Amino acid sequence: MLTVLLILIPLVAGLVTFGLKGSGPKALGLVASLASLAVTIAALFQFRTAPDTLQLTANWIPQLGAQFSFGMDGMGLMLCLLTAISFLLIFIVIYNRDYERPNSFYGLMLLSQAGLVGVFTAYDALLFYVFWELALIPVYFLCSLWGGEKRIPVTFKFFVYTFAGSLLMLVGLIYIYLQTPDHSFSYASFISGAVAPQDQSWLFWLFFVAFAIKMPVFPFHTWQPDTYEQSPTPVTMVLSGVMVKMGLFGVIRWLLPVLPKGAYMWSDVAIVLSIIGIIYASCIAIVQSDIKRLIAYSSIAHIGLMSAAIFTNNEQSLQGVMVQLFNHGINIIGLWIIVEIIQNRLKIKNLNEMGGIAQYAPGIAIFLVIISLANIALPLTNGFIGEFLMFSGLFQYNVWFMAVAGLGIILAAVYTLNMVQKVIFGQSNGLTETTTDLKSNELLVLIIIVGMILVFGFYPKPMLELVSGTTELVNKVY
Amino acid sequence: MIHLVWLVPFLPLLGFLVNGLGRRYLSKSLAGIVGSGAVLAAFVISLLIFLEVKTPGFQAQVVPLFDFISAGSLHIPFAFQVDQLSALFLLIITGVGSLIHIYSTSYMHDESSEGFARYFAYLNLFVFSMLILVLGANYVMMFIGWEGVGLCSYLLIGFWFKNTNYNNAAKKAFVMNRIGDLGFLLGIFTMIVHFGSVSFPEVFERAAALGEGSKVIPVIAILLFVGAAGKSAQLPLYTWLPDAMAGPTPVSALIHAATMVTAGIYMIARSNILYTLAPSIQTIVAVIGLATAVLAATIALKQDDIKKVLAYSTVSQLGYMFLALGVGAYTTAVFHVMTHAFFKALLFLGSGSVIHAMGGEQNINKMGGLKKYMPVTHVTFLIGCLAIAGIPGLSGFFSKDEILAETFISNKLMYAIALITALMTAFYMFRLYYITFCGKFRGTHEQEHHLHESPAAITIPLIILAVLSVVGGYIGLPEVLGHSVLKEYLAPVFAPSAPFVHAHEHLSHNTEWLLMGLSSLLVIITIFFARSWYRNYEDNGEPRTGIAKVLENKWYVDELYDAIIVKPLMMLSRFFEEAIEKSGIDRLVNGVGRGVHWGSQQVRLLQSGQVGFYIFAMVIGMVVLFVIGFLLK
Amino acid sequence: MPVQYYIFLSIALFCIGVMGVLMRRNAIIIFMCVELMLNAVNLLLVAFSKMWADAGRVDAGGAQIFVFFIMVVAAAEVAAGLAIIVMVYRNSQSVDINIMNRLKN
Repeated sequence: MLTVLLILIPLVAGLVTFGLKGSGPKALGLVASLASLAVTIAALFQFRTAPDTLQLTANWIPQLGAQFSFGMDGMGLMLCLLTAISFLLIFIVIYNRDYERPNSFYGLMLLSQAGLVGVFTAYDALLFYVFWELALIPVYFLCSLWGGEKRIPVTFKFFVYTFAGSLLMLVGLIYIYLQTPDHSFSYASFISGAVAPQDQSWLFWLFFVAFAIKMPVFPFHTWQPDTYEQSPTPVTMVLSGVMVKMGLFGVIRWLLPVLPKGAYMWSDVAIVLSIIGIIYASCIAIVQSDIKRLIAYSSIAHIGLMSAAIFTNNEQSLQGVMVQLFNHGINIIGLWIIVEIIQNRLKIKNLNEMGGIAQYAPGIAIFLVIISLANIALPLTNGFIGEFLMFSGLFQYNVWFMAVAGLGIILAAVYTLNMVQKVIFGQSNGLTETTTDLKSNELLVLIIIVGMILVFGFYPKPMLELVSGTTELVNKVY
Repeated sequence: MIHLVWLVPFLPLLGFLVNGLGRRYLSKSLAGIVGSGAVLAAFVISLLIFLEVKTPGFQAQVVPLFDFISAGSLHIPFAFQVDQLSALFLLIITGVGSLIHIYSTSYMHDESSEGFARYFAYLNLFVFSMLILVLGANYVMMFIGWEGVGLCSYLLIGFWFKNTNYNNAAKKAFVMNRIGDLGFLLGIFTMIVHFGSVSFPEVFERAAALGEGSKVIPVIAILLFVGAAGKSAQLPLYTWLPDAMAGPTPVSALIHAATMVTAGIYMIARSNILYTLAPSIQTIVAVIGLATAVLAATIALKQDDIKKVLAYSTVSQLGYMFLALGVGAYTTAVFHVMTHAFFKALLFLGSGSVIHAMGGEQNINKMGGLKKYMPVTHVTFLIGCLAIAGIPGLSGFFSKDEILAETFISNKLMYAIALITALMTAFYMFRLYYITFCGKFRGTHEQEHHLHESPAAITIPLIILAVLSVVGGYIGLPEVLGHSVLKEYLAPVFAPSAPFVHAHEHLSHNTEWLLMGLSSLLVIITIFFARSWYRNYEDNGEPRTGIAKVLENKWYVDELYDAIIVKPLMMLSRFFEEAIEKSGIDRLVNGVGRGVHWGSQQVRLLQSGQVGFYIFAMVIGMVVLFVIGFLLK
Repeated sequence: MPVQYYIFLSIALFCIGVMGVLMRRNAIIIFMCVELMLNAVNLLLVAFSKMWADAGRVDAGGAQIFVFFIMVVAAAEVAAGLAIIVMVYRNSQSVDINIMNRLKN
């Protein structure tokens, strides 16, 4: 019941928001995201005591064998939590920003939240596909209506690219559906092992490309830096913090259990692509002068590590990935919030024009440093635990893969510290001297983020326990 | 008392939080009291723990706090281990740390009160990380501290963040440390795969069970050594340490001389069994240590920045410690860590006192004749120089001489090189001393007018450290002179490797006397040389030529690294960005789009508007379908 | 009479209709040819209906229902189509379909 409520709250609130005026959309957005968070936390408690009550199945299209089947496991719950927290933080931080047509803006944001939660909770392949697309559409409108100068071609590319991937996945879904003994889209029949091994080999690519575009994995990533750069920053936060997790989630929830042999067959290729992506994106990040593009490439590198770790067929790394899904989301949203604040104050994105902000806005500086350190996985921040486990799994899969991927740690330090230095350290200039420090809502959001960074960095046990059930399930099938 | 060990790192953490969060509200004196008090309290607890550990027959104790990571079969607790080695390091860290904190209250007094509190917050955070490093009961805990101290080093080197050069130095330190950290991490993973655990007792037990000749142990040993080389500034990862002198001088004393850079030695001493079981790696450690010692000593001969001389001296001394580790003399290495902590902290703090008096000037060519203005600094600095040079009776003599003796047993050629390095050490230290404190003052009149002895908060730590530099060596007397308390105390730590050490010859007492006499004599002659050359030093301002120029420019190693690593990396990145990303992949992706666009434009022409053509096409289409259907049947 | 005869006649009528539609430019003739094709189908439906009825199928008459449908649709079509042609003629003084390419561009 709670699961459905989690989708309905943002969906209904989003639709209602379209009709509101003035500051109504802001308020409703805030209330709806708070309510979502509350429901998610309630679900978290229920998951501990009675996990079965989170499942819900109802008839949808019986002729096709498609059902409204929602449910939550540890990973889904954690991603729902990430979604709820992210949207709440985003709504708080943009509370005193003004967007044109706020009703549409907030409405679309809430609709995308509904789509995301749907993706994370759907236990029916067709339903999953529907939500997969549903989450994309509002984001398309958000980018193309409120984006930067080059928003139209960039958003078009983003949409067509991801949509092409989705269609490949749809073909795969239908093929598997036809193979299932009871002609059903339900998760249980999909993972029952009905797909012949030789089919799994090519089906793997249909799914992998769809998910790889979403993540994105090298060489399917070129939509991402442009889109992150051109989107309005709140949308970039949704995209990089939550939406790219759809791809990784898809691999863990659907690809590995449904096509275990295919994944096993192609794991080397997938890992090599991911590792190339790590090094490649890290190198490019070093020479970026646009802060948004720098963070975009840094995100590609981090996602590359996660995607490599998924295919190692190792319990530790899978657990690491799932923990990192959440932690990477928090960290990258934190970074974007800093970017949003700097852009709000200075209206620039070029790193070379910044500098010396630490003297005038020490608050921004401190938070940027802490979040950057979490981004480069310093121990006792939340980024460490996931990366440690992922690297450990990768090492057990192949030592040399890990050694090459490990270079990413060094390169990450280079580009992240470069960014920190250029933004907050050094001499100030006429522009950066005008920087005003954090406002109370921004401070609140950043304190929450840093709090999570430190708490989960010091004590990651609850998170690891939450996802361990999912690991066991995947490992059993895989 | 042992179960309260968590208080030791917790107190500096508390100090960090108080100073960090309250930096706007705390007055300078309050921030100083909180910062120093936290470390001092930690020192008192460490002392109590030490007294307990020091009793004979004490067994290492593990104090678990909570489960840190548990994933699959891997369980890593957040736990502290108290044994002889960690207790000794606790004392060094908190003891020298407290002195430096007290010193800093005066040295950093010119900062704004916010900067002052920030400084103490970082310093406390450093002490916390360093304590985690030495207290951790497994390699992951050690790694946490390991990266933590790297972070604090980064923050403190770049403490004056307006200066871009300082920031670059900080960044360089962090990145070079990360290179080492990658090796460390790989070592940890190898342990996880082959031993299934990262906790010290289990790893050592399983390593000992594998015995000599195992293929895994050398791999782990070399990977850990890569980490150690990064943190302890050994070849080829040493270049960050001299640059790290950009930080405030007390930071250089604490982090870049006394404690953090000795983490590598701690790590190898802690993992002694792994190295004992991998003799080939031991040789590598010894060779790299010796090479670093020589290289850094040569560079130190021609540096003009007071802190740079001390920095290269530190690199060189660290090389000495690795040499000791490499020849299997773990106790001696730890002994030298301790004595080095005393006299190098003393020298750095003394140089800080000089720099303070000179109004920030660090070039020794602009100093001279300071002994009459700063008597306390002068005497203590002289004691430091005598100790590091290895004058008999002072702490440096005992530890350095033991390293030389152990090297002599293991390899005569190495001994000769190490001895020459020791002489170079004596030479550059006394060059520094004579140029700085003797002769005429060469600075400006204004500077001369301001010269003064530093306040008590600076001189008292200097005096305490000077006393320790003198007497610190007596806990490790060589066999000919008596009994090494330290060796006996540390014996349980190195007990696991004892069965695997090949019974090596013991030096006869005569040889030992001879070696001692030889090195002492040569050192004293060298000092007189330095005295005759630099006693009345005049800066003629001529640029150096030939080998002196090469040494002044540090063998051009920085330039070399720039040419073979940094520039190619940047070129590669640009190539990725310009050639592959923009003209390659992205063009391909856009090409697909453009192809579809072009194709559509061609197909569009079919829509001629002629109804007859449409119908014709329709009929043809149907006929074709019929034919296909017919053929397929 | 064997059903083949009806089939051949019907094919012949249908092909004449198709060729007429394709080759003639006069809209009214095209219109009539379309009717011809419809009626070729009607003929076929009736013929098959008879064939199945002779074979003893009780539900064979159903095919003839379709014929009525087609006739009704054809009638409606004539009503709409002729009206269009009349309007086209009024506008352009011609019923030549080649001038009706205004949708292009």
